[in-house]
Amino acid sequence: MKGDILIQRTYRDDVERNLASTFRTHILNSREVDNIANLTPVRVLGSCSFMYMRHGDVYILGVTKSNANVMMAFEFMTNVVTLCKAYFGGECSEQSIKNNFVLIYELLDEIMDFGYPQIVDPSILKQYIFQKGFITEAAKAKRDVEAQNATLQVTGAVGWRTDNIKYKKNEVFLDIVEQVNMLMSSKGTVLRCDVNGKIVMKVFLSGMPDVKLGLNESLEDVTFHQCVNLGKFNTEKVVSFVPPDGEFELMKYRCQEGISLPFLVTPLISELGRTRMQVNVKVKAGFGSKDFALNVVITIPVPDTTAKAEIQTDIGKAKYDSKKHALVWKIKRFNGGGATDHKLAANVELIATTRDKKAWSRPPISMNFQVPMYSASGLRVSYLKVWEKSSYKVEKWVRKVCKSGDYSIRT
Amino acid sequence: MSGDGKYFSTTKKGEIHELKEELRVLDKSRRKDAVKKVIAAMTVGKDVSPIFPDVVNCMQTDDLELKKLVYLYLINYAKSQPDLAIMAVNTFVKDSQDPNPLIRALAVRTMGCIRVDKITEYLCDPLQRCLKDDDPYVRKTAAVCVAKLYDINPELVEDRGFLDLLKDLLADSNPMVVANAVAALADIRETSTQDLLVLTNQSLFKLLRALNECTEWGQVYILDAIAKMQIKEAKDAESIVERVVPRLQHANSAVVLSAVKVVLLQLPLIADEAATKALIKKLGPPLVTLLSEEAEVQYVALRNINLIVQKHPEVLSHEIKVFFCKYNDPIYVKLEKLDIMIALANERNIDQVLLELKEYATEVDVDFVRKAVRAIGRCAVTLERAAERCINVLLELIKQKVNYVVQEAVVVIKDIFRRYPNRYESIIATLCDSLDSLDEPEARASMVWIIGEYAERIDNADELLESFLEAFPEENAAVQLQLVTAAVKLFLKNPQPRAQQMIQLVLTYATQETDNPDLRDRAYVYWRLLSSDPEAARAVVLAEKPVISQGTATMDPQLLATLLGNLSTLSSVYHLPPSSFVTRAVHTPAPSLDNGALLRERTATDDGAGSSAGVSDGAPSPAATAAPQQSSSLIGDLLDLDISDPPPAPAAAAPPPPSVDELVEVVNAQSGKGLAIKAGFSRENNGPVFLLQLANGTQQSLDGFMLQFNKNTHGIAPTSQVVSVPPLGPGETAGASVPLTVNPALINPAANPNVIQVAIRNNQQGVLYFTSACKPEILTAPAPSATPLDDFFGL
Repeated sequence: MKGDILIQRTYRDDVERNLASTFRTHILNSREVDNIANLTPVRVLGSCSFMYMRHGDVYILGVTKSNANVMMAFEFMTNVVTLCKAYFGGECSEQSIKNNFVLIYELLDEIMDFGYPQIVDPSILKQYIFQKGFITEAAKAKRDVEAQNATLQVTGAVGWRTDNIKYKKNEVFLDIVEQVNMLMSSKGTVLRCDVNGKIVMKVFLSGMPDVKLGLNESLEDVTFHQCVNLGKFNTEKVVSFVPPDGEFELMKYRCQEGISLPFLVTPLISELGRTRMQVNVKVKAGFGSKDFALNVVITIPVPDTTAKAEIQTDIGKAKYDSKKHALVWKIKRFNGGGATDHKLAANVELIATTRDKKAWSRPPISMNFQVPMYSASGLRVSYLKVWEKSSYKVEKWVRKVCKSGDYSIRT
Repeated sequence: MSGDGKYFSTTKKGEIHELKEELRVLDKSRRKDAVKKVIAAMTVGKDVSPIFPDVVNCMQTDDLELKKLVYLYLINYAKSQPDLAIMAVNTFVKDSQDPNPLIRALAVRTMGCIRVDKITEYLCDPLQRCLKDDDPYVRKTAAVCVAKLYDINPELVEDRGFLDLLKDLLADSNPMVVANAVAALADIRETSTQDLLVLTNQSLFKLLRALNECTEWGQVYILDAIAKMQIKEAKDAESIVERVVPRLQHANSAVVLSAVKVVLLQLPLIADEAATKALIKKLGPPLVTLLSEEAEVQYVALRNINLIVQKHPEVLSHEIKVFFCKYNDPIYVKLEKLDIMIALANERNIDQVLLELKEYATEVDVDFVRKAVRAIGRCAVTLERAAERCINVLLELIKQKVNYVVQEAVVVIKDIFRRYPNRYESIIATLCDSLDSLDEPEARASMVWIIGEYAERIDNADELLESFLEAFPEENAAVQLQLVTAAVKLFLKNPQPRAQQMIQLVLTYATQETDNPDLRDRAYVYWRLLSSDPEAARAVVLAEKPVISQGTATMDPQLLATLLGNLSTLSSVYHLPPSSFVTRAVHTPAPSLDNGALLRERTATDDGAGSSAGVSDGAPSPAATAAPQQSSSLIGDLLDLDISDPPPAPAAAAPPPPSVDELVEVVNAQSGKGLAIKAGFSRENNGPVFLLQLANGTQQSLDGFMLQFNKNTHGIAPTSQVVSVPPLGPGETAGASVPLTVNPALINPAANPNVIQVAIRNNQQGVLYFTSACKPEILTAPAPSATPLDDFFGL
């Protein structure tokens, strides 16, 4: 965070090594904007281009002198984070990097060569880069054979899977995870609404299985994991793949049409003079009585000058959060069905100020929730078939969950 | 494991010596720990090169982890110890024949990273072997190594026939080898004169086949290589598109964007109109999907989409909603989205767009709000049928009386008046209500223009102008110019005594008391016109103005084509051709200029003829054309300096006076409270610089000079705000060269393209503002073109 180098690898000779100080003075300590999160993430300093992104307390910085593929650079950085997480128990932080710097150097050497990303997929790398190197003489001969297998494997067409996987019980878990984004005007019209969905799989299958997945809708806007045969999807609209072992993200999709909104919110916020404000918010579920939402949080911004708020609700708990400058209304479980709507009413008292002439900017109300076994896009799995030459029995599990993305209502 | 963190903990004195001891112990695990400590020290920036031989001694080992650490050390320090590096050669050569393919690959990979001639010589044989290795992992590593070697010694690569071997790998059975061979050839081509990726039907087909099978990164290399190929046959274009379109659904954003690039480049070759339409339709969704990724990816995507919609708005014309800003988007994402919203706005969606823009205009971030207001103006100028709705929104915003919103609104309303003369003048009264709150030069200048232009319809035009004239000498140059013109217009339209009095006052001041030649010249022209032939004056000053064209920033088609060919690269993010920022090909370390190196002899500062740098008014002023060119003599002088000398004292033993006459006086001793400044743009060491000459005419010493540019059409800004000049004693003069950089975030397409507004401060006098004429040539390549809106003022 202070701009000290945690780890650095120079892949090409043309960039100087003291770039960290340049980065520090020009980007981290830039006085151009009050918040560096607002600085463009690609910029020229001197003769180099700097591209960077932040992950927790770590900045990942790429520097180049050529007209590099910047999309690839960012994609690579994201992959590096994923890789560190995969190797270090889900964490990529200053501490985990310091604790594993030897291994990270080893990985950095493997995942990029002369500025060109090579093999970055953790499931592939784990086949030949281990937490601990081999030492004993006895293991050496064996290692050479293994290495030979590994190299053939990782450069092959199905690099993401080895063929010697065995499970006693063959299982497939498929989760449809959807994120609903919505922006509603204060008058209740939906200005923008879309669903970002993904299908995450956990695959515990023996051998080299072929999997086919049929979906009820033909999705236009969809991207797939590298294991999916894209040509086949284009012609036959079937998602067909040889899955990697364990957990992976099979596909991502986005849709804008035919979305059933999980919640409708009607706000009424009136400023009564300069010291008082009346807030009324009504929330109604859009899903049926069989379904329910969990951990619903509605955040209603109020002016910075708020002194206190008297809040009444007919469900859940609400209070004024002075750090967020908002009324936060939490409902643990929200049952569906047409007749259920819930209300919040609040009297907000403001401190009178003479200085601030500008009107309050009225930020939007935002909402967080989870609706299990609900799909806002209506996507369903129509079939999931597994073929393997030993034709074993497979247990299949399909789950759905709908979460809030950027779900906001203007006031 | 407890973690490697402990290796960072030793910081005591004599560490190097201790490490040396530890590296010599026989116990393997202790030796390995010592090497880890060495690498940890290297990571935090300590110089551990003195123990080079001891570390290299650990290289011969069966412990792969230890070997890799030693190799890493070698990569870092071999250059500083070339004679000792030769010690490592034997092990490298031996390793390159190891039965373990990982070790063979590691050896060539590392050797390629060591830029020491003696090592390079020994690299050739192992490389030759590895290029033909049985193991694909070794071949793919060797392929990249050829590019590394070419970077060190191109002749050697050609002599040994490595290029042909590399081309052979394009036909390799392993897709990853093919992909790396493509990447290596493309890399070599950047610095080579010959075209290494000549297309034959066969090679294209091979690449397309490998595309289906190789890793995501490999797909990017292949797609980028295809994008650089000169495809001429429709048949080829079709087979490319057929193979590439499925890539649009890849999870990797880089694969998607490179696939979009390849498809776009083939479009002109595809004759079938229906097929083209279908293809264009397919490009939209993948681009939109990129907007649900991380903010950084979104930013790159948006900069690229900006280019794509300039050429093919139909790709995303139905998707304008996805470019509506989210409240929590980072500001750089919001600003880009706004640009695309303007580009996609049409009569069908304008109501929706206006609602959005109005919402943005009430947000917190000032830059964003301003841009939203400008966007409303753009829409009005572009979409005739929506102009009235746009104006209504602007009026509503003005009534909210937020200062910067009002100022911005006045500026765009002036544009709207120019676009639609005699249609919306009824709103002038509302504008006049907010007159007092205007304090920014551009807004004031716009308001003055409006008053002058419509003097006959504003009952109290004379009063209003008088209120501006009270502070005439202190006004910004742009406002002064407008005031002169407006006063003349008022007089011609309504020649009553009060107007006459006003015009005499203004013209007297502008001709006799100002140092701004633009202002003086303009005042003289008016004066002579008015005194010799009032009718001619009327014809000239009140002439009907040509209606301005579309207000959207349009890019030079040739530049746009270049940028579209470079989608997904840095060039597409900067909106600059690669040649303007890539410095890779020429890598000669230039001596850095230290503080004293630029000291200059005091030269007489005189407001001589031609030394003007006024605000140009539309057409480039004489000052702009006379602006400093490439001052080669200056560069010559600088490089002759012996920079190892300590910086000489100010005004003493200074180098031969450089051609300061090429610099233009921007602040004279009077307006600068004793400090006179000459300035100009030039190039030094292959980069743009801002040259300054500061003459201290005050009675005190001045120090702490800092510099800042206002946002401008080129996005030029100093790399550092600090101006490297020593404290400047009374009567002394010093020069400085401030390196410049181009930052897309600082682009203001609406600024005057010929001048840059500069602010300079020092600890004693505070801030001074001036403008300096700037030609885009200093960036070596055409910059994004300016909007025709700049040509507003004037006659």
